[in-house]
Amino acid sequence: MSGQLVVAQDLPWPPSVGDFYPPNVAGPWVTKFSIMIWIAVALLIIFFVAAYRKPKLVPGKGQWAAEAVYGLVRDNIAREQMGNAGIRFAPYLTVLFSFILLTNIFSIVPGLQISPNSHIAFPIVLAAISYVMYNYVGVRKHGLGKYLKQSLILPGVPWPMHFLLIPIEFLQNFVVRPVTLALRLFANMFAGHLLLLVFTVGGFVMLGSSSIFVQVTSVFSFAMAIVMAFFEALVAVLQAYVFVTLSANYIGTSLADEH
Amino acid sequence: MYLAAEGAHNPILPIWQEMVVGTISFALLVFVLLKFVMPRMEAMYQARVDAIEGGIKRAEAAQAEANQLLEQYRAQLAEARTDAAKIRDDARADADGIRQDILAKAREESDRIIAAGKEQLAAERATIVRELRTEVGTIAVDLASKIVGESLADEARRKGTVDRFLSDLESTGAR
Repeated sequence: MSGQLVVAQDLPWPPSVGDFYPPNVAGPWVTKFSIMIWIAVALLIIFFVAAYRKPKLVPGKGQWAAEAVYGLVRDNIAREQMGNAGIRFAPYLTVLFSFILLTNIFSIVPGLQISPNSHIAFPIVLAAISYVMYNYVGVRKHGLGKYLKQSLILPGVPWPMHFLLIPIEFLQNFVVRPVTLALRLFANMFAGHLLLLVFTVGGFVMLGSSSIFVQVTSVFSFAMAIVMAFFEALVAVLQAYVFVTLSANYIGTSLADEH
Repeated sequence: MYLAAEGAHNPILPIWQEMVVGTISFALLVFVLLKFVMPRMEAMYQARVDAIEGGIKRAEAAQAEANQLLEQYRAQLAEARTDAAKIRDDARADADGIRQDILAKAREESDRIIAAGKEQLAAERATIVRELRTEVGTIAVDLASKIVGESLADEARRKGTVDRFLSDLESTGAR
């Protein structure tokens, strides 16, 4: 008990932003976060390549899992959001989905305990790719002028309204969309980690308290931490799904022939 | 773990090295998977869809064929039934016809026989009448010539002539 008390005194309490920035492992390029990203990339490549080394019509376990992810993204996201024309985006969306899902799940993997997406740099990169993608796709399909016109001008509106609507539509399509895409993912992972910290570290702090009553109550804190870990898993999956669905939806609206 | 110096970092501001790492690593991931895995996955997906839909199509074709055969058999059965009924009807009609024919023929035959009998009777009667007429004439002439001859030749034998004629008549009637 006394040993834990010593530990408790070293614990960072209350949890703060600083907990998200562990010291660099070796310079600014090799940090816990960049290492996690490389691990995620390596795991995904190994998993998919191994699963699809010898694909069979009747799949084995690995192939089945890989195809389940692909099938989910292909049929429930790409086709749902963009129609049959969207299936050609399914491969990229699948990679995006599995990458976000895996990095999100890192937030509850023992030893890692934090998602790289709680550093806004990574969501920004992913959102920027989606941003470039949906604009590029729209311009290539309709031409720049028609694409802008479609994105900015609502049909069937009295013309004076455009003074109001065009800036709003511009903000909506070219500013708010990518920013919210990145922020949503980042904030969810950030908040999730913070919650886990509060209940886990808080449990240890309570355990290290001098009052026996507070020590007993720490059980509830740990129980809550476990509940939150499951909740975090749910959020991890949900946010990956939301990010990919919204990206698909934006590409879909760029491809659409009407506003 | 807790570093006050780093704690000052604003979480909304990205660390640029991380953005570079994120871009390169994600680009690598996307490149490898899109180049080596995803095309095969889509191909496999299509193949599986084809296999399943092909199987369904084959089953549907077999079902359709079976249905067609069933329909064919039913049609044949119905045809056979109508044929049988028709043959039965025909036979019945034939039998009726034959009976009618036979009856008609028999009636005709009997009519003919009766008619022939009547004709024969009539002919016989006519012959008898004719014979009787000639006979009666001859007899009358005989009688007249006898009466006339007697009166002219022999008044005295008048009584005898009449008696002889009467006895002649009796004898022819007896004959």
